[in-house]
Amino acid sequence: MSETANNTPFLIGEGMTGGYGGADILNGCTIAVEKGEIAVIVGPNGAGKSTAMKAVFGMLKLRKGSVRLGGEDITRLQPQERVAKGMAFVPQTENVFASMTVEENLEMGAFLRRDDFRGTMEQVYALFPVLRDKRHQAAGELSGGQRQQVAVGRALMTEPAVLLLDEPTAGVSPIVMDELFDRIIDVARTGVTVLMVEQNARQALEVADRGYVLVQGGNRFTGSGADLLANPEVRSTFLGG
Amino acid sequence: MDILNAFVVFANFVLLPALTYGAQLALGALGATLIHGILRFSNFAHGDTMAFGTAITILATWVLQAMGVSIAPLPTALLAMPAGIAATILVVLATDRMVYRHYRVRKVSSVTLVMASLGVMFVMGGLVRTVIGVDDRQFADGARFVFTAAQFREWTGLTETLALRSAQVVTLVTTAIAVIWLQWFLKKTRTGKSMRAFSDNENLALLSGINPERVVVIVWILSATLATLAGVLYGLDKSFRPITYFQLLLPIFAAAVVGGLGNPLGAVVGGFVVAFSEVFVTYGFKKVVAYLLPAGLQPDGLLQLLSTDYKIAVSFTVLVLVLLLKPTGIFGGKSS
Repeated sequence: MSETANNTPFLIGEGMTGGYGGADILNGCTIAVEKGEIAVIVGPNGAGKSTAMKAVFGMLKLRKGSVRLGGEDITRLQPQERVAKGMAFVPQTENVFASMTVEENLEMGAFLRRDDFRGTMEQVYALFPVLRDKRHQAAGELSGGQRQQVAVGRALMTEPAVLLLDEPTAGVSPIVMDELFDRIIDVARTGVTVLMVEQNARQALEVADRGYVLVQGGNRFTGSGADLLANPEVRSTFLGG
Repeated sequence: MDILNAFVVFANFVLLPALTYGAQLALGALGATLIHGILRFSNFAHGDTMAFGTAITILATWVLQAMGVSIAPLPTALLAMPAGIAATILVVLATDRMVYRHYRVRKVSSVTLVMASLGVMFVMGGLVRTVIGVDDRQFADGARFVFTAAQFREWTGLTETLALRSAQVVTLVTTAIAVIWLQWFLKKTRTGKSMRAFSDNENLALLSGINPERVVVIVWILSATLATLAGVLYGLDKSFRPITYFQLLLPIFAAAVVGGLGNPLGAVVGGFVVAFSEVFVTYGFKKVVAYLLPAGLQPDGLLQLLSTDYKIAVSFTVLVLVLLLKPTGIFGGKSS
């Protein structure tokens, strides 16, 4: 790479190749996000979307390629160490402590912080007002959309620089989905870099600054969300016309 | 009809013994259920861990007695218990380091850990018998009764009478303190919450930066403390004999499963459910019923469903029923 530091993306997983031990799922895939922007990974089932994000977070070992955050090479770091570096990950399923209250979920999100995190909690409640009303209720008793808000809120408690979301709108109604996308835009506006994997490609690309269409573990199309939505090939193949 | 006398008989032979026994089972089940919640296996060595803690406490009691130390009317064993707890904590932590951690690192299935705990159970049982022998031992001292049957009769003038033994009061008070403290610890402290988080969703707990090895150490400390408490209170109430403690494993796991494995409050309720089932099924209600029925309708039989020899079968039946009808327990823990 000959790029200078100021045009290197804030977070980049470059030429990532690897899998969970067996055959490679990722084949030289590159994912990058600029600071404060939203990048979305879309693609057909089995394209390695979630795997690409997990690779960025260090949940699988790369055979080739590297991951850099703010110019620092973090390829060898464990997920927990990446959390300490300012990354936060929201898994697709089982992403809340179901038996614990909403407030306790947020407290656990801030577990590594020894300072006063009440201010951050206020910000999370300001972002997701419904959570304030339900803060003493067990997260497992909430609706799907509310649970996703708890999951995102928990991840925000470390005040991360990068938020990784694995299919945040999976299994929620279309209305809740729009609401969640709005909240994710709000999160990005506070300066948090967002990288997410989405099944609902069209809606996701509408909010994305940058989109990646993956096919068989490699980059098929890359561009701004608007460009990809306008691209006839992307439309006909991945967005259903 | 003599409701008062009927109640006194009932309280003396059913209510008090079952409450006491239930409290002891509750403490035992709490320790086992915590381990299950965090380490995700049924610790078969828990009964023998109770025996170990009790054995060390008895030894320390003898030392204190020889030195002439006494906290009468309370039993000396209460003063000796910290020694028993400390020794048990050291032993379980050493066991974790030497046995369980090895399997944990390899992420083995729960059944493998259960089998490992079976091995630990045999070793622990051997250790207990080496330390204190196999005999039945009474180590309760101090005042035997809060009030005796004779005193109760003198106060009330009833035909039937009721005695309140110190061991019963000590058991109930200690259990109440332990349960309330544990509840506070799990609900209010940062460490306690991190343990619940780990039990709830291990992966997310790791993502949140919770250190798994620290959680494991703390759960062993709590479990060893509760096991020693349960063992000493049971021994004070009845007597200490290693084989009896091994047999307590069944009612303890029945209690933990009834309440839902991994659910602390469930374990406490489960302890009382199992204890009351055992006492109800094996007590002859003839006398109680006799007071309640008119003179012509006196029962002939003992009105005892099962002989006390079948006590163990009762907890086994409770266990099987819960596993058949509601495997997650009445309060919904992890499916066993």
